[in-house]
Parts: sequence; structure tokens; C-alpha cells
Amino acid sequence: MLFSDAVRVLWRRASARRCIIVLGLFAAVALCGYAGWLPDHEASVGGAQEPPSWHAGTLLGTDVLGRSVLFRILAGAQTAVTIGFVTMALSIPFGTALGLAAGWFGGWVDTAVMWLYSVVVSVPDILLITAISYALGKGIVSMCVALAATTWVGIMRLIRGEVLRHKAREYVLAARAFGASDRRIMFREILPNVMHLAIVVASLVVTSAVKGEVILTYLGLGVQDGASWGLLISGAAQDLINDIWLPLVGTVAAMFAMIYSLSVVGDALRDVLDPKLN
Amino acid sequence: MFGYITRRLLQAVPTVLGVALLTFLLFNAVGSDPVRSALGQHASPAAIAALRHQWGLDQPLPAQFLEFLRQIVTFDYGSSFVTGEDLGTQLKSGALVSLSVTAPPFFFGIAVNVAVALFVTRHRGGFADQATRALFVAGMSVSSLVYVLVFQYVFAFKLGWFPISGYAQGPAAIAFLALPWMILLLIGMGPDIRLYRTVFVDEAQADYVRTARAKGATETVVYGRHVLANAWMPIITNTVTTIPFLILGAFLMERFFSIPGIGNLTIDALSRGDLPILKAVTVLGAIALVVFNLLSDLLYAWADPRVRLR
Repeated sequence: MLFSDAVRVLWRRASARRCIIVLGLFAAVALCGYAGWLPDHEASVGGAQEPPSWHAGTLLGTDVLGRSVLFRILAGAQTAVTIGFVTMALSIPFGTALGLAAGWFGGWVDTAVMWLYSVVVSVPDILLITAISYALGKGIVSMCVALAATTWVGIMRLIRGEVLRHKAREYVLAARAFGASDRRIMFREILPNVMHLAIVVASLVVTSAVKGEVILTYLGLGVQDGASWGLLISGAAQDLINDIWLPLVGTVAAMFAMIYSLSVVGDALRDVLDPKLN
Repeated sequence: MFGYITRRLLQAVPTVLGVALLTFLLFNAVGSDPVRSALGQHASPAAIAALRHQWGLDQPLPAQFLEFLRQIVTFDYGSSFVTGEDLGTQLKSGALVSLSVTAPPFFFGIAVNVAVALFVTRHRGGFADQATRALFVAGMSVSSLVYVLVFQYVFAFKLGWFPISGYAQGPAAIAFLALPWMILLLIGMGPDIRLYRTVFVDEAQADYVRTARAKGATETVVYGRHVLANAWMPIITNTVTTIPFLILGAFLMERFFSIPGIGNLTIDALSRGDLPILKAVTVLGAIALVVFNLLSDLLYAWADPRVRLR
């Protein structure tokens, strides 16, 4: 099924449609953030830890420095979208390319890729992620690289398996008989037929990147300054002692909305694109 | 059989070598300088050179790597940079602490999750099935950090039933471990029940189920005896491969609750640049993973005579 058809089918399902709208809203918030249209999350809008009131800036109260919790959650959404997107953009093409190459060429290429795979899965994720974050220095970029380094393995394995199944199909043999080059067969013939797997796994990659940011930031390895959901939740832990729970609830609700929507859309996409999996 | 085991272990050698190389590159070649982080910015060049020599970091990189390989083969990882303690004893006590965190929810979790999965499989499509599925998708959409914060806030801070964090030796540890146990059990439920349910649903469509029903077996007998007996093996072999992670500990739980297991030891070592601990943990972890994967395959072949080891 074509991807555009799949999106049309999803749109007809109420649950998937709602989730696509939520994801669209997050994307819009992120774009507004890049355009500089989001309200300043560093500016103080009132006293320290003010209770919520009916005003945009203080709808969810303020933090210790008098900054708007709501504005910081929005800015955190921008960070989360960035991290999810960058991690995906690193991990999916890398995993797909290696999977294609390993499946198509076989031989020593396959051996080398599978060796790399076995090495990466033999190290616990959290250890590899923290180690890479330390080695590359703290910050968003190295965190994305670290998250990508642990997530490409899943895509690689899936794509490799599919390529092995497609290799002997008639359309590939026909392309070969026409004298098509390896590159043409891999990217123009096989890739479009296995691409849906990468799209479905992408939602999982974004999910683990957004969740990973929270954990890594709490451990002091992730986002160092600015606004992120990890920083907000870490700060909210301090607020809890003073019985202020709105920042935690607000951040968790935003994060829940994003990850829940991603998993619903991802599952629905899998159902539509790959009916065999049911 | 013996030939198979030997072959599998030999096949694992490149993997373990690769893990060693990856670890070495990350920590010795790319990572920040442990000597600088130990002595600070204003140390004299002589002191830096002396410490570098003491830790063997003044050797060329290939020589350092060979030394690391020697440590892997002899299982002698030297002593910690920071505390100077012998790594063997440190890792052993850390592993016991980690096991006390992870093992109880692991085994209890298998029992609970298999029971729930069997129940929802029997009533699949019904209310309990749909409700638990929705609940698990929702539960997995919340960061595990949030579970920790909420549990600490409600059960430790507000109700005062348990200490917020820390650890004690002996039976007193139970009070400290109760919250991590509950959280690990809760976090594991979603993914595990979903996996077990898939296995059970597969089995529930097999011919022997229809035969059992035709004989007049009740649904309880069909699921409790026939389906469960056939589905046990994939479940057990699946869980055997996760045992190394029990010893490595639940990094996050140990960190959040300040429990001195392997996970906490490792994260401390990361921030202090304590290379010997990091290298020992990654390589021993990889070896354990290889061994338990092999064990899982052997177990599978032993339980199911149709499987041939090649």
C-alpha cells in the first residue's frame, strides 16, 4: 500500500486522527519555537513558585525563579521534537543503509554488519548511551548521537531480514536481467518495498529518544541549559517537597500526549502498511 | 553437543573482542582524560605525569589495548582508579546488591505476568483484554522517572511507609528495596504481558487446543494445562537471556534510590573517569550475555526434541 493511501486510511480512524492532530500540534509548537514566536521561557512573569492563575504566563504557576511553567513546557516540547527528529534522522538512514547492504551483498559485508550488530546489542543500552555522552561531551548533539547508536540495530535487523526475503522475488530477478546496477536494485527496487518497516520503527525511535532525554538529563548528561522536559521533571522533584505538583503534572501530561499519540499512530501505521503482521 | 557449545563460544570471541575494542575506544581514546579529572585543572605537570604512569596511561594506545585484552583473558581487572580497591571484591559485592534489587521483581513478575497474560488470552477481545491493553499503552507512555518520583512522594514522603532512598545490609534492606521492587514490577508488566499474550494466542490456535476441547476439557484445563505447558518454553528461554541484566542491575533504580549496586558503581565510575570499573563491567556484561544466550538455546533444544542444534 502506498504511503499516501496509508495516511488516508489512518485519517478515517477517529483514534488515529486525534493522535495525528496532537502530533501536528507538537510539530507546530516546535516550528513556532524555531521562528521565535514562542513566549520567552527564561523571562520571569511573577514571583517564585506562584500558584496558577487565569493568565497565559501563570496558568500552571511559576518556578523557583519566577519563570512561567507553561512557557517552559512549550519550549521543552520544542526540545523534545528536536531530539526525536535528530535521533531519527541519524538512526533510521544508518540502520536502513546497513540492513540493505548486509541483506543484498551478503558475504563479508553481511558478516561485518552482523558483527557490529552483535557488539552493540551486547552492551546494555544505558551503559552505551552514557558512555557515548561522556566521550563526546555533554549536550543535545552528543545525546542524539548516543541515542541513535543504540536504536539503529532494530531497524537494521528488520530491513536485512526483509531484503533477504525480497532478494529472490521475480521483480528483483527481472531488474537484474535488465542489467540494473546493484545500487539501482537496492535503492529503486527493494527499498520502496521495505521502506514501510523503517517508517513504523521511526515512531519507536522517537519515543525512546524523548524518554531517553528525560533520564539522561536527570543523570546530568543530557540537556544542560535552556528548557527540556527532563530539566522540568528534575526541577519538579524539588517542587514536590514543597507540595507543588503542577509543574510535574503539566510536563508529564505533555510528554504523555506526545508518546501516547506516537505509539497509537505507529501501531495503526503498522496495521495499515503491513497487514501480514496481524 | 560438546562440539556445538565449543563452536558457539568460538563464534562469540569476535563479539567480545568488538565490545572490548568499542569500550577501549570510547574511554581511552575519545573520552575525557581521567588523570585531569582526578587531579583538577591546576595540577603540576610532574604530578600528572606520575599518575599517568601509575595508571599505565603513558603507554601507547596499542600497548594499553593489549594490556586490557590480557585482563579480559585472566579475569584480573586490577583496581579502581579512584578508591584503589580491588575490582573483584567491589564487583562481587555490587552484583549481590544489584541482584537483591532486580531478582525478586523478576521472578515475582514472571508469575504475575504469565497469570495475567493467560487470563486475557482466554478472554481475548473482552473487556479485561481491552482494558489492560489500553492501560499498558498508557503506562508505557510515562517516563520511568515519573514512577520513581510519584512513588517516592506518595509512599515515602507523604505516607512515610518506606525510606526515600538508601540501602542497608541484611534484612533491613527490605524497607529500602520495597519501592524499587514495586516500580520494577509495574514497569515490566506492560511489555512482558504483551509478549506473553502473543505467545499464548499463537498456541491457543493450535490443533491440540481444538482436540482438547473436543474431548470435553473445560476452558480452565485447556488454558491452565495444555496452552501453558506448550507456551512455557518460549517464555523461559526468553527470560533466561535477560538474567545478565539482573546482575548488571537496574541502573536507573539504583541511581534514583542510591542503592550501591553495579549500576550505581558504573555511573559513579563514568562521572569520575574510573576506567577499570567501566571496562570490567562492559566486557563482563557482554560475556555474560553471550553465555546466557547459549544457555537459552541449549535449554530450548533440551525441552523441544524437534529443535536440532547445528
